[in-house]
Order: sequence, then structure tokens, then C-alpha cells
Amino acid sequence: MAGLTIENLSMRFELPNGSSVQALQDVSLDLAQGELLSVLGPSGCGKTTLLNIVAGFLAPTEGRITLNGHRVSGPDAERGMVFQQGALFEWMNVRENVSFGPRMAGKRERDYGANVDHLLDVVGLQDFKEKSVYELSGGMQQRVALARCLANDPDVILMDEPLGALDALTREKMQSLVLKLWKETGKTIILITHSVEEALLLGERLLVMAPRPGRIHREYRLPFAEMGVETDLRQVKKHPEFAQRREEILSMIWDMEEEIMGRTEVAS
Amino acid sequence: MIVLGLYALIFVASYFLVKMVVRRATTDYASLKTVTFGDESAVVPNRIASVVSILTIFLLWAAFTGSSLVPSVLHAPGPFIGTASFDYTAQLSDGSLDDATVTVVVTRAGDDPVMPEVAPGDGFAKNDVDEIGAWRSGLIRVKRNDEVPEGMEETVVAVDGQPLVPGGSVYLDFGRVGMSPKGTLNFEPAKGWQMEPIWLPSPEAVAARFMDIARDGYRGSALWEHLGYSLFRVVVGFLFGALLGIPLGYAMGLSDWFRGWFDPIVEFMRPVPPLALIPLVIIWAGIGETGKIILLFLAALWIMAIAARSGVSGVKISKVHAAYSLGASKAQIMRHVIIPNSLPEIFTGARVAMGVCWGTVVAAELVAAEKGAGMMIMVASKFQLTDIVIMGIILIGVIGFGIDMLMRWAERVLVPWKGKG
Repeated sequence: MAGLTIENLSMRFELPNGSSVQALQDVSLDLAQGELLSVLGPSGCGKTTLLNIVAGFLAPTEGRITLNGHRVSGPDAERGMVFQQGALFEWMNVRENVSFGPRMAGKRERDYGANVDHLLDVVGLQDFKEKSVYELSGGMQQRVALARCLANDPDVILMDEPLGALDALTREKMQSLVLKLWKETGKTIILITHSVEEALLLGERLLVMAPRPGRIHREYRLPFAEMGVETDLRQVKKHPEFAQRREEILSMIWDMEEEIMGRTEVAS
Repeated sequence: MIVLGLYALIFVASYFLVKMVVRRATTDYASLKTVTFGDESAVVPNRIASVVSILTIFLLWAAFTGSSLVPSVLHAPGPFIGTASFDYTAQLSDGSLDDATVTVVVTRAGDDPVMPEVAPGDGFAKNDVDEIGAWRSGLIRVKRNDEVPEGMEETVVAVDGQPLVPGGSVYLDFGRVGMSPKGTLNFEPAKGWQMEPIWLPSPEAVAARFMDIARDGYRGSALWEHLGYSLFRVVVGFLFGALLGIPLGYAMGLSDWFRGWFDPIVEFMRPVPPLALIPLVIIWAGIGETGKIILLFLAALWIMAIAARSGVSGVKISKVHAAYSLGASKAQIMRHVIIPNSLPEIFTGARVAMGVCWGTVVAAELVAAEKGAGMMIMVASKFQLTDIVIMGIILIGVIGFGIDMLMRWAERVLVPWKGKG
């Protein structure tokens, strides 16, 4: 079957002092081709661990992940990743960064050149393609990272707080860009974020995770991503359901945080 | 102390002078900060201060060596040069006194003294003439030509009317006249505040010596040969060190076995100063080129290995993950991510290693060498040729600085992404 399936995934980290941490417990999830999933939760809930397992950087203690019918083991070009920052190669210019995947696959310039230039157009960096990446602003760097990931034509795009380090205005523009790219390319996207608003805007489906052990707490299906494709994101935020969902999720996360804090106080 | 005081005075005075004259360009952002402590980037060197600083060093150097480069008004008082004369009063054992004049010609070393004709004068004490070099002192046997009657003893009791006893001194305008415990006079012309050329030659003497040696060579080798040999040893030793050290560092950064195997060796050898290896290297390889190159190889090896190792371990995991998820193989990650990412660290290591090698080669040549910058100053120092020593030190400094500038330039050109990660 097409799509990404996560079955009964558990991850336990053994610590050097002999104890262990249950980072994920029994996480199951089905993601159809072209779905946009955002994952939200307090820190320590295992979001990044989940993403790293899906990317293949970590092997789960239990459970399995299947993509398009075959089992995932180890990193692969079919699952592209966009990091928060600092994952670009400074020794390459913008275009070399974007064309990294095709070049590593041994493709020739005449095969990938047009696509790379098209992607540079899409993310609005055509004029900067000869620049070094460290000369660009944070928002531009993230656009390079997006284009680099897309140039490889992965089936799934994994985003680990890709907009976390950006200022509010740039962030909003980038959110529109992500939605636009999602609609145009039809990729399956998993996006991890700290921001409730971003999770609502960029989640066709929204997963709220709870910590200790990391698990799925609640799942939503939301109309805002589809809305955001056509209208201004600020209009979307004015939607009455948006405000209601935001309050609901915020208080849910607050409760979790309070529970953690309380538990720590008792423990200590 | 006086020199230090003058230096401080010039430092403070030039500060106020320059700040008063240069009122412009004080409205930029950095100058608006009232507190710049701890923010190093806010303090940029004042280039005027740098120029004044260098000029001050040369000015003090010239002033205290009586250099012709600065007008004589600026000279520190020099030693007494010329003809000094003083009277002495001699007493015979029967109590009779007589005065006579001593004329002393004080000349700089190397100048021929012109001795004046002096009439012997009357009385039993006769006038004397003597010569003494500047900055020296000498006995003046005034009693030598005196006509002392048989059975009488003559003693000098005063100089220029001031009483003098054995072991005492009389200070005159042009120097000090002392009396030894046995009653012989000695004269020490005033030394002034200038340095004697054998301790500190004047700037132009050093420059002249530089011209001499640049033209005629020193100890059978041309100047460029001495410096070229030192540089050659550094470059060859460093290249061998880098050639072995960088792959070693990479291996240590990538493999736990290599890391475990070489960690004790590298961590032990790194803190051993290369200078401490000189005796062993001389025992094993002699004082020829081989020994020196082995020494410099050892000096560079550990530095380069550690630089390459930390360059590899310092790669951000997100870069490696990104490359993996873009489909790169291990070999491709090595070539396109890990090696370029480690280059800035390697360049930093190379700069340090070149500096250490340059210091080590000079030291090794001080110990034993046929040719080389260090050998040049060591041999010169044995003959108290201070001008060659100072010239050599300046050349060594200039070359060391040049090497560093060259490495920085190469770094800017070859790894422009340094520190931008």
C-alpha cells in the first residue's frame, strides 16, 4: 500500500548510569500519500525521536515503519529531512546545496539542472544561486534547505522545527511557502513544531503527544491547511474554530506541563 | 627605569595629543557604547597608536644609542668624550705638599687618541697625560713621573681640592676619580645614559650590518642561504608532519580502534615541547638536515593530528544526517561533508604548527647547525657581535610574522566559510 505506516513503535534509551528512558511507547500511525501531519507536544515528549526513527537515524526498540509497502531501515533519499538550521553545507553555494542530492546520485547537470533552477524559482532564490549560504538570512537559508530536500524528489518530507529559529514575519511567509509546496508537489509531510498556531496552520492532521513515556495523546483532523492554501494565513487565524482549537490545545499542553512539574517537585 | 618612565610618558602624552588632534570619526556606533568591556569586537586597534608605538621604540632606541637618525637634541646624554683634566695634591712623608695636573684624553673605541704635549711643571709632583676609552675606567699612575726624594713616601691626598682617602671617590664634571686601597688613582669618565655599542648598537649600525651581510654573507653563506635553510627545514618538516598527521587525525576521528590506539601516544607527545626532543634527535640523527627535519616533523605531527581529529569530530550531526537523507553514501559524506567541514580546523592547526616549527627550528639551530638564522645569531653572540644578533632577531621576527600572514591569507582564500557554520 502507498503511504507511511508506523506500527507499535517504542523507543527506550539506555543511559550510561544504568537507568533507562522510555522515549516512545506504542506509537501507531497511518499516513496516506500526500497528507500533511503536524506533531505538537511539550518538550521531552519524543517528537524528535519519532522523526529520527522515521528518517532512519535511529533504530526503534520495538515496532516497525513501512513506506510504500517496504520496511524502513536506515536513512534513504526517499525520506528527505529539513532541519531547524545549520544543516546546509557552507562550502557550497546555494545552487550546489540544492543540487546535492541529484549529484550524489550520480546524475548529470543536464538531467537535474532544469529542475534545480525551477525549485530555486519556486523558493525565490534564483538571484542568489551563486551566493554562499552563509551570506543569506535565516529565512533564505531555510528556503535553500526546502529546495534541497525537494530537488531529491523524496516521497516523505520530514521537518524538524524548520521555522523555529525565524522571526515572526519571515515565519509567516515560510508557512505560506510550505503550504504552497505541499499542494504543488503532493508530498507526504511530517512537521514537528513547538508552536500551537503553526501546528494548526500546517496540519491537515495534528498529533498532540504527551511525555513520559512519549505517546500519542490526541489526534485532530483540521480544515485550516486547505484554507491556508487559498487564503491569507491571517484570515485563517481569524476563523472562530481556529481560536477555539488553539485554546483547547494550549490548555491541554499546559496541563501536561503542570503534571510534569508537579511530578518533578514530588520526586525531588 | 628611566627608559620605562619615558616610554610610559610617551604613551600617555601621545594618547592625549592624538585624541586632541583627531576629533573626527568618533561618531560611529562603537564609540557610542559607553561600556565596551568584555565586548572585544567593539574595540578595534587604533592604527595611529600602532604607528606611534613603533616610532617610539625606534626613537628610544636611537636616543639611547646616540643614533644619527634622530637630531642630537633628542639624544640621551652621551658618555664624556674629549680631554679632561684635574689637579691632584700629593704629600710627602715630611708633610710638604705639591699640586700637579692630570690630562686625560677620552676617546671612543677605535678612535686614535691625540695626546697633547704637557710641560712637566715644577715641584716634586709632575703633570701627567693619559688616555682612556669611553665607558671604560683605568688606573692613572700619577706618581710614576714624580720626583720623590730618597727615603720619602708620596701619597695623594686630594683631587681638585677635595680630600681623597684610599677607597674613596671624588666626583667631577667629567667623571669619577677614585683611589684604590693601595693609594693608586683611577679615573672613570662619565658614562652618560647612552648604551655602549657592544650592548646595544644603534639602528643604523644594525642596518649597515644587514647591508654588509646581505652583500657578503656570514660564515661562508649568503644571508638568503641562512634564512632559506631555516625556511626550507620548516616547510619540509611541516609538510611531512601534515602528510602523516592529517590522515592520522581523520582515522582517529572516524574509528574507535584508531582513536584508542593513538590517543595515549598523541596525548602524551602533544605536551612535550619539541625543544625537549632536540638532544634525542641529535643522538639519533645527528646535527644535519635529517635531524632537524625529524624534529620539525615531530613538532608539526601532533598538532596536525589533533586539528584533523577535532575537525572530524566537530562536524554537526545534522549535516551528516542531512547528507544521509539526501542519499549520500558513506564515502560521499566523507568527501563532500566531513573533509570540507574539517578544513577550517586544519588550517587553524597549520597556522599553529607553522609558528611552532619556526620557533623550534631557530632553537635547534642555536644548538647546532652549519647554516641557519639561529646559527647566525648564536655564533655572533659568541663574538659579542650584538648588531648581528639584533639584526637576526628582527629578521626571525619578520619571517615568523610573514609566515603567519601568509597562512591567514591562505585561510581566507581557501576556507572562506570558516566560523560561519
